[in-house]
Amino acid sequence: MQPPDEVAVSVEGVSKTFRLPQEQVHTLKERVVHPLRRRSFERLEALRDVSFSVGRGEFFGIVGRNGSGKSTLMKCLAGIYRANAGELWLRGRMAPFIELGVGFNPDLTAHDNVLLNAVMLGLTPQQAAERYDAILDFAELHEFQDLKLKNYSSGMQVRLAFAVMVHVDADLLLIDEVLAVGDAAFQQKCYDVLHQAKRDGRTILLVTHDMDQVQRFCDRAMLLERGRLVDIGDPREVSRRYIELNFAPRGASGEPLALADARPGDGLAEVGDSWAQDGDGLRTETLEQGRPCALVMRVRFLSDTVDPVFAVALTDMDGRVVFAASTEWEEGSAGAFSAGESVDVAVSFDNWFAPGRYEVAGRVLHRGSGRRVMAEQAGGTSFVVTGSRAGGGVIDVPHAFYLTRAGATARLLT
Amino acid sequence: MSDVAYRVTGPAAPRDDLGRFWHLTLTLARTDWKVRFFGSALGYLWSLLRPLMLFGILYFVFSEVVGAGEGVQHYPIVLLAGMILYFFFGEVTGAAATSLVDREALVRKVGFPRMVVPLAVTVVGTFNLLLNLVVLAVFLALNGVPVRWTWLLVPLPLVLMGVLATGVGMLLAALYVRFRDIRPIWEVVLQALFYATPILYPIQLVQEKSEALTHVLMASPLAALIQWLRRLLLGDATPSAADAIGGTAWLVVPAAILVVLTVLGFTVFSRMAPQAAEEL
Repeated sequence: MQPPDEVAVSVEGVSKTFRLPQEQVHTLKERVVHPLRRRSFERLEALRDVSFSVGRGEFFGIVGRNGSGKSTLMKCLAGIYRANAGELWLRGRMAPFIELGVGFNPDLTAHDNVLLNAVMLGLTPQQAAERYDAILDFAELHEFQDLKLKNYSSGMQVRLAFAVMVHVDADLLLIDEVLAVGDAAFQQKCYDVLHQAKRDGRTILLVTHDMDQVQRFCDRAMLLERGRLVDIGDPREVSRRYIELNFAPRGASGEPLALADARPGDGLAEVGDSWAQDGDGLRTETLEQGRPCALVMRVRFLSDTVDPVFAVALTDMDGRVVFAASTEWEEGSAGAFSAGESVDVAVSFDNWFAPGRYEVAGRVLHRGSGRRVMAEQAGGTSFVVTGSRAGGGVIDVPHAFYLTRAGATARLLT
Repeated sequence: MSDVAYRVTGPAAPRDDLGRFWHLTLTLARTDWKVRFFGSALGYLWSLLRPLMLFGILYFVFSEVVGAGEGVQHYPIVLLAGMILYFFFGEVTGAAATSLVDREALVRKVGFPRMVVPLAVTVVGTFNLLLNLVVLAVFLALNGVPVRWTWLLVPLPLVLMGVLATGVGMLLAALYVRFRDIRPIWEVVLQALFYATPILYPIQLVQEKSEALTHVLMASPLAALIQWLRRLLLGDATPSAADAIGGTAWLVVPAAILVVLTVLGFTVFSRMAPQAAEEL
């Protein structure tokens, strides 16, 4: 059914299944020798009943983990694959940029490749010849125009391919992970082009793994997981879901558990469990950035103990300790504990850590100069901080910007 | 922005207008042509020189050594006409067979009508054929063959050969995506066809030996088209295809084979083309 006028891309209940032969039968001999053996197939459902639509002039992000169906969706839209079910509608001329390229021939020069691909993407040969210089200028590859493509670096090839794509006057750009390659200067150029394309009212579908890009560029975004549409809407919300999904617990078997034996410490106590709590005191594996939270460890004493020291440390995925706290410097005694007694030790704080996964380490020590360890649990429990800001630092403390012009009072940037 | 929404149903969708289809075919053909002569000093000249040199060798061996041309009027023309058409068929089908795989980068990244790929091969082959016809014209003049009005009909067997070669090429191209043994098999088949077709030996020689064998050989559309071309060029100096096969009615056989192979090729290719990108 024809989509309404304001819709540039309409996808209705699209499914795509690949039949992967379990034994790739590539020669006739194998068929002749085994005529009765049926080819057995593994079915890979790359897209399952995906529906969405993108308005004209919208900048639409598609995110998802590897193998979630993003590229398959792009290829169906680009007319490279045929969907098994559902309908895809486009309005206006479409230019695809799939798998970092537009299909160059390594044995041809840049000149011939540019002309061929410009025609493939919808220009007439005459238009392609007219725009050739502009394309080479954009790619900054004039001096290499007579070089065969196989002598180009991969970054140069991508630059050339991107240059062709933005010069074919497409109303609709399908871009699959282009901005990840190329040097910083060219990336900036790509951003500028995409901004300009958006101002010109072109519709852009961008597949990316970079949540920063999603939030900077996209009007809306969509999250795919295992071929299904999981979330669609506000880019911040979709990015947050994506990060959650990426750092989701790896399941019962995948998660490294604390070693039962060879635990450090003299064995006078044990750290049974440790976990993160949200502001409401509920145990959780995801903490939202900027909210109050607490880390809790459950300690069981195996002998009578007076005034022990409890310590908690947080390690990020690069192994850096980003936060460590200990009761050693707190005033007041922790008290006396008898053998067999359990206690939950919680340290609460506002969560200003950068989005990502963190591991909790809990420790119980003897008070005194020796700092002898009674019990320790390291690498046991982890949680994920979700947030839509990624400043680049390890922590993201509350902050404000003030602008002060000469002779004027400071202005708070909000 | 155009106001008409269109449905994307895969690469075979003929949503492109004919103009664009033609532009694509020509552009692809031109780059094919360039790639082929990449790195050769004489470049395009080879597409003229190669058949000429082969012709020289075959002419020497079969005319001077074997004596196949004895008593045959205008044997060089008979040989050259057969060679040119056969090489055209061999070149187009051979190159078309691997064309989708050779163009993998493009097929996997751009959605365009897949039929453009084998058609571009036909375009390149046709260009070579036209160059070879110039050579043929020179030899016609050298041999003092009288000009006759039937020369105007020469394009007919050429076009039919083009259609047949394209159809067979598409069939092979579609199969080659899945079965890579198509290539060696087809090379052998082409070799066999070369000797099974009256190219080196004039059909008169076979007629003298066995009338039945002549009929069988002439059932091949290759043989029928080649003999038709010779007749158009040389007139009564060479038997017509109808004479050779044993009556005009029998020409239905090579005609039917031509139609069936062509339709089969187009059909198989159209059905398989949408999956090409997935199976490469």
